[in-house]
Amino acid sequence: MAALLSIENLDKRYAGGLHALKSVDLAIERGEIFALLGPNGAGKTTLINVICGIVTPSSGRVLVDGHDTVRDFRITRRHTGLVPQELYTDMFETVWDTVSFSRGLFGLKPDPAHIERVLRDLSLWEKRDNAIMTLSGGMKRRVLIAKALAHEPKLLFLDEPTAGVDVELRRDMWRLIEKLRETGVTIVLTTHYIEEAERMADRVGVIRRGEIIVVDETASLMKKLGRKHLSLHLQETMTKLPASLDDWSLTLAEGGRRLDYSFAAEEEHACVPALLKRLQAEGIEFTNLNTRQSTLEEIFVELVHEEEDQQVEETS
Amino acid sequence: MSAPMLNLRGAWSIYRFEMARFKRTLWQSLATPILTTVLYFIVFGSAIGPRIGDIDAINYGAFIVPGLILLTVFTQSLNNASFGIYMPKFSGTIYEILSAPVSTAELVLAYVGAAATKSVLLGLIILATAQLFVDLNVGHPVWMLVYLVMVAFAFSLAGFIIGIWAEGFEALQFIPMLVVTPLTFLGGVFYSIDMLPETWQTVSLFNPIVYIVSGFRYFFFGSGDVSVWVSLAALGGFIGLCLAIVSYIVRTGHKLKS
Repeated sequence: MAALLSIENLDKRYAGGLHALKSVDLAIERGEIFALLGPNGAGKTTLINVICGIVTPSSGRVLVDGHDTVRDFRITRRHTGLVPQELYTDMFETVWDTVSFSRGLFGLKPDPAHIERVLRDLSLWEKRDNAIMTLSGGMKRRVLIAKALAHEPKLLFLDEPTAGVDVELRRDMWRLIEKLRETGVTIVLTTHYIEEAERMADRVGVIRRGEIIVVDETASLMKKLGRKHLSLHLQETMTKLPASLDDWSLTLAEGGRRLDYSFAAEEEHACVPALLKRLQAEGIEFTNLNTRQSTLEEIFVELVHEEEDQQVEETS
Repeated sequence: MSAPMLNLRGAWSIYRFEMARFKRTLWQSLATPILTTVLYFIVFGSAIGPRIGDIDAINYGAFIVPGLILLTVFTQSLNNASFGIYMPKFSGTIYEILSAPVSTAELVLAYVGAAATKSVLLGLIILATAQLFVDLNVGHPVWMLVYLVMVAFAFSLAGFIIGIWAEGFEALQFIPMLVVTPLTFLGGVFYSIDMLPETWQTVSLFNPIVYIVSGFRYFFFGSGDVSVWVSLAALGGFIGLCLAIVSYIVRTGHKLKS
């Protein structure tokens, strides 16, 4: 089946000259949770805004369920929901009115039962008659999500949905995202909490300076780009490593009491057993060993910095 | 998947939202223009009016009614339409309108329609209030109403353009306060331009408000400063100009989309 969202050669250059998106190609499959990661100003929000029709692309095209977002905007927007990064709300409206307004805005008949379901799912039902200005920041965030769900979108964009919310609300959001996925909603989220992407996303894309630099399944990305760290606590202190261990990039730490080995996650099976055998052959004994895998956050930071380093090299 | 050619429900939602804002602040919305108009009637109609006498055989108190109605309709149309579109831009909630399956034309229709509705309602309330102070017979009530709706529509379109153009609250007030209000006061609201010296009569003919007020007065009393056809042409021209600017906004998303 064709991707639900297909972005082809998308380019956006603002009037001020900022080249926010550079030939972006991306496909989002139906029912998946896709995390778009990138440092501030990387182009995440611009990309989402172009897809949702808030920003006009300079060139390229975006298809939602095979329909062009410019030519067939009525179809594509009808099926797309957006929760913006900032808490943009009508302060004087009640929760019920603003969510009902959103449904009508997207051309749907009133459906009080659906609105009630959404408000209950987001723990907003008790607050339905409250003016939005009386709600806490976390509650306002929920209202924005309720507004985005009022028209039952197939494709939902969550632009940093958990920014500035407490732990409890963040967990509620995670549960909600899982629940939405179960109902078949495709979710694209941007987040600064990389652990969130690691926990939720089926696939991850990293955008930097308007370019998508990597897209992969979360697990596969961690395997391909992640590193594992093996630490061996030695029985006897070492001052120098024997030459027979030169094939492994080992380092001595804690004054020769610990041997550290860092390797690509996907090479695990090939190199660790061989190293342990060689250590045994050299008579190097250890009392304990620890392994640790790099987090998605470390991979992300490395990816972003790698690109920066490359650019510095290119310009110097 | 198919979608309707129009999203009238979406436009209707925006219209209702704007009217709800009007209802929420109903007393403020009504009190200011009504109080101002009552003061005009007291000062110009009752205190000064009897000393001025009749104009074109029309009692002065009655003579100023069409102009006073339009004074409110001009300012309310401009303010409501400019504020209506500026507020979502200012608060950021415009994101939802822009990401909805609502065309820019439907968006304009909704905001301009709501602003025009409010001004027409206020105009009619002022007309009803005026009946308490002066004897007034509207000569062509249906055409008066049609003309009132056209004026409200024209100035609401202008207000929408101001709301799109404005980048701050000061800018929202700039044109209504510094351009439209002076032109209105000099546009024959309180007098017939025949009462002015000849030079000022000629100068007044460059004021578009003169034509609009004159046309409205015609539908009350059957006479005006200029021919009713000239008034209709002037109003039509103003609507055409506003529509041309709005169609540019619709086509390009000027100051709505980046």
